[in-house]
Amino acid sequence: MGLIDNINKLFDHRIRLGIMSILMVNEYVDFNGLKELLDVTDGNLASHSKTLEKAEYIKIEKSFIGKKPNTRYTITPLGKNAFKKHIDALENLIKR
Amino acid sequence: MESQKYLEDLSEIKNLMSRSSRFISLSGLSGILAGIYATLGAFIGYFYLNPTPGEYVTLHSWNFKFIVLTLITVAVLSVITAFIITTKKAKRNGEKIWDATTKKLLASFLIPLITGGIYIIIKLNSQHYGLTASLMLIFYGLALVNASKFTLGNVKYLGYAEIVLGLVCAALPGYGLWFWIVGFGILHIIYGSLIYFSEEKK
Repeated sequence: MGLIDNINKLFDHRIRLGIMSILMVNEYVDFNGLKELLDVTDGNLASHSKTLEKAEYIKIEKSFIGKKPNTRYTITPLGKNAFKKHIDALENLIKR
Repeated sequence: MESQKYLEDLSEIKNLMSRSSRFISLSGLSGILAGIYATLGAFIGYFYLNPTPGEYVTLHSWNFKFIVLTLITVAVLSVITAFIITTKKAKRNGEKIWDATTKKLLASFLIPLITGGIYIIIKLNSQHYGLTASLMLIFYGLALVNASKFTLGNVKYLGYAEIVLGLVCAALPGYGLWFWIVGFGILHIIYGSLIYFSEEKK
């Protein structure tokens, strides 16, 4: 198995990479928090987070604070593992 | 080049991790100024009161109130200075002054600090003056170590230094004021300068 096999295609995109990086170090982040940190549009963030949710790397929980809808993002253990592997792979490729 | 892209990915990951979980716009200058206020306050307290050996400062005497007033002035001045300089710096860095990270930073800093403050007031009310400086140093150190998770990581070394100083101070009764000056004055000036000069280099 070559080194390149550990590179996760799902993380090969700026926004998805960003979502994962932020969720790695935060217990949870809400929609607006992610939007500001990544500087992306609503639609872009929604579609890329859907992709990550489908892979079960993150969990998206919708709730209401008063009347305002609030979407909360958390990373799953599976996602954490996958992202760690991805970082290791990146580091190994650079060292080569 | 492929590896160039991987390198960019890695630095983007690092950048987002620290930006999303740490407030890094603390300024060295506000540390230096806080240290200077504390040292001046302590010297004013010491020379103005000029306590003679064997004389005790009691809770309801005017000079006790004077010391408390000096302490409050030092604290308020430090907080105001830090707030002004930090807000400016955060604006320049494009960092938000009031978001989830700064809330976490403040909560993790204030919980040990306020616990310590209340504990010290309770002790003062039962005439236990002796350990005040030591307790202030220890609880302040714990607050710094706790808060360091959400800001510049090296704040924890300042915290460790304050805790060690507080413990040594507890073992050497009678030198409280001097330990207080070292902990709140000199250490702040040293740490502030280190941060300040590492900022300047960037």
